Amino acid sequence: MQVQSMHFKQRAGQKLADVRLQKNLRKLAEKFVTARSAAIAELDDFEATRDAAVERRNRVLATLDVWLQTFERNATAHGATVLYAQTHEDAARLIVEIAALHGVRKVTKSKSMVSEEIGLNHAFGAAGITPVETDLGEYILQINDNEAPSHIIAPVIHKDKEEISDLFARVHGLPRKTEITQLTREAREVLRGHFLSADMGVTGANFLIAETGSAAVVTNEGNEGMCTIMPPKVHVVLTGIEKLLPTLEDLATLMRLLPRSATGQQISNYLSLLTGPRRASEVDGPEHMYYVLLDAGRSALIGGEFQEMLRCIRCGACMNHCPVYQNVGGHAYGWVYPGPMGSVLTPAFVGLENAGDLPNASTFCGECAVVCPVKIPLPDLMRKLREQQVERGLRAKRERVALTVWLALARRPRLYALIAALSAHTLSRLAGKTKLLHWLPFGSGWTKGRDMPAPAGRTFRALYRMREQKKSNVGD
Amino acid sequence: MSAIEQNAGAKERILARIRSAREAQESRRKIELQEIARHLDAHPRGPRLMIEDEAGMAGSMQARFLERARAMASTFEEVASMNQVPHAIAAYLIANGLPKEVVAWPEFSRLDWRAAEIDFASRPAAASDLIGVTGAFCAIAETGTLLLLSGSETPATTSMLPETHFAIVHADRIVATMEEAFMLVRGAHQQLPRAVYFVSGPSRTADIEQTIVLGAHGPYRLHILLVGRASHS
Repeated sequence: MQVQSMHFKQRAGQKLADVRLQKNLRKLAEKFVTARSAAIAELDDFEATRDAAVERRNRVLATLDVWLQTFERNATAHGATVLYAQTHEDAARLIVEIAALHGVRKVTKSKSMVSEEIGLNHAFGAAGITPVETDLGEYILQINDNEAPSHIIAPVIHKDKEEISDLFARVHGLPRKTEITQLTREAREVLRGHFLSADMGVTGANFLIAETGSAAVVTNEGNEGMCTIMPPKVHVVLTGIEKLLPTLEDLATLMRLLPRSATGQQISNYLSLLTGPRRASEVDGPEHMYYVLLDAGRSALIGGEFQEMLRCIRCGACMNHCPVYQNVGGHAYGWVYPGPMGSVLTPAFVGLENAGDLPNASTFCGECAVVCPVKIPLPDLMRKLREQQVERGLRAKRERVALTVWLALARRPRLYALIAALSAHTLSRLAGKTKLLHWLPFGSGWTKGRDMPAPAGRTFRALYRMREQKKSNVGD
Repeated sequence: MSAIEQNAGAKERILARIRSAREAQESRRKIELQEIARHLDAHPRGPRLMIEDEAGMAGSMQARFLERARAMASTFEEVASMNQVPHAIAAYLIANGLPKEVVAWPEFSRLDWRAAEIDFASRPAAASDLIGVTGAFCAIAETGTLLLLSGSETPATTSMLPETHFAIVHADRIVATMEEAFMLVRGAHQQLPRAVYFVSGPSRTADIEQTIVLGAHGPYRLHILLVGRASHS
């Protein structure tokens, strides 16, 4: 997927002005935020469960190379083939080659953000192989000219049913349906045909279990099961090298957090734990199972100041609760991962120089860190990225000049006090009786969408001095 | 050379990069391997829900299981013995206007389906089959979940393809949490079956306007037949 993150500012403006999008995005906060808070209240000890999850994820990351070897040994013992990809291109090439090896013409896919990362559908198309997205949301995007998902777990959150009705009528060539149940049924029937005629299934993995060499895959629709149990001769699991968990018990711990944080469900409808290809006596299951484990920037985070980001379990809670995401939606972020987690992952995976304003796409309200089930300090990580952008001269010239001027002032306290007093006085006069500023010098971008409360007219230092004087007068 | 053939190189480069980043020394490696082996042997458990204490009485697990299954949009009924299963299924099919033709796991062949006037077949389900009957390896009270294990006698298509899924569960196979379910699997099988499916209610989606619709790809209905009473109650 091509990186468009450098256009965040411009796109955010467009998205804010999009009335339909604004209406659709409101549902996100209404449903997911409310459901999550109710679902975590059911846990006897939410904090201890989070701590246990952090401990499990950190344990794996501390010695990731050894855990990967442990996983590979156990997966291989059950007949799966484990392959590694250093880059996005390598991963796509490996999967296309696996398909060619088995004479695959059609592939069913169960949603995987890593497959978005590596541009897998494009690679399949170029090789003459037909990929079919089977998650309803992903399917809608695919038939809409391969539109990008705008949320990692609710990919069509930005669309309403009217838009989808029009799209289905146009693409399926059937009478236009208006009810959500009818639309879902229509997609079910179209997709069932694909399940029955595909040769290969590609899924992501929410977790890899080192102890057993298994992939754990979470869905509500059950499309993962259909992708791997219907005719497919081949099942390919595509995921990142960091997705490991030590044991099945650790999976149980993480499963108390993942659906609750993601959709506010106590459990997802389906959790499949898949271990190798079909065994001798079995009547169903794929004949071949492959793992393609992607690095593409992940190993570079080990041992560095962004290692904690590798704990991420892709639940989407940070974006659901982020006031910036809630107002601009996922497409503004310009790459696979939106919201606060994306603001850290995108620079890590595609380079800080390509990330544009993402580290600034935050109000630093801290809600993302509060809701993160594995306690990733997202605001701290974004702050570090901001520092790096300044150090590497990646910020706009205007911003750098402004900071240089401010720095010069801050080192001259008397001058600083004088200018602060002048500004406070002027701005207060400017605002008049309303005490609100409709326009700010050098800050028109901020005041375009809202008013700025005016300063009281005197600076804090002046008020403090007066107060101290009064005290000493009383004391006399 | 193909990308698959070159793969050993990619693996070594990725592992080397991780190793150098964390400055792993050969001397540490042995200790790390021991630590990993210890974690894998011990299977330490994280915090869990205190399910039996919650209701403070025997049989609470069964009540909890049914309550949670209902919350996930499963339906259920309790039947006293296996012999009553065909009649219970027949009554459900008639009540819901569904055809009396089922495909089922082989273990249920010995039940008297003819007496319940059900057209019975024991084979993996095909796309045209409307009713599937399966058992369950065990059930989890915490979440109202069924565990279905793959195997020669337990085709997964039976629970996935038909629009209606009947699951026959013995009351004494209800365990408190996922951790207990894993212990039970370990006890029954030397190695993990190819697939362990955790099923919590009928298939669903909320992709369009966050509105829940049942029957996305899998069953529209999941009806649980809970057989007998839990022996510990």
